[in-house]
Amino acid sequence: MERKTKIHAEDGKQELTITREFDLPLELLFTAYVEPEIVEQWMGTKVLKLENKKHGGYQFVTTDPKGNKHGFNGTIHEFVPNQKITRTFEMENSSFGVQLEFLEFEKLTEDTSKLNMHVIYRSVAVRDELLKLPFAQGINMAHNRIEDILSKLK
Amino acid sequence: MVASQSLTAGAIAANFDTARPTVSKHLQILTECELLEQEYNGREVYYHVNPKKMKELADFIEAFRKLWDDRFNKLESVMKKYKAKK
Repeated sequence: MERKTKIHAEDGKQELTITREFDLPLELLFTAYVEPEIVEQWMGTKVLKLENKKHGGYQFVTTDPKGNKHGFNGTIHEFVPNQKITRTFEMENSSFGVQLEFLEFEKLTEDTSKLNMHVIYRSVAVRDELLKLPFAQGINMAHNRIEDILSKLK
Repeated sequence: MVASQSLTAGAIAANFDTARPTVSKHLQILTECELLEQEYNGREVYYHVNPKKMKELADFIEAFRKLWDDRFNKLESVMKKYKAKK
């Protein structure tokens, strides 16, 4: 199985990069970041607001399997179509604070393109916490499932 | 290096351009977070990798990577359908 998405996170740094090559022309890749209805489909979130321009703001809300709502918001610092989006990103009601994201879109061939996401966190500790979050959530979900199964066996 | 064999701090430092005290400090940090384990052989301390802990860190990042990979796979399939419709 090809591991298409690459994460580069050096120990002791408060930044990381996420890179991915797509089987899509550059314009289509960029469109996916810009059209609210499309963002909703692949991010699995509801777009409340998305102002694709300098000083624009955006707001998303994701509902988890338990029905809890998680809000995300930020502002756009730089917006150059088919080239780059620089923005802040914040998970609402969390201790992580705001992070700075540099999204760079690059054409590789007529039919392929590349995204490079450079994310900078407030501290090394925050970055490491966030890196572990999906893993911790996975373990949590597994524990909940085990509990569910066991309670049905009683 | 310490994945294939146990090495002393001196032997490790010889492979890098970094000053010996700095290498020692790095080794100390790596030992504290259990990525390296120490073994005493007489007066010498030998370092080797703790494979279990290295795997733990890799696991954390793997879950993060997979989260993004899943999203990007979805992005790609959504946009391929979008392209076909136009």
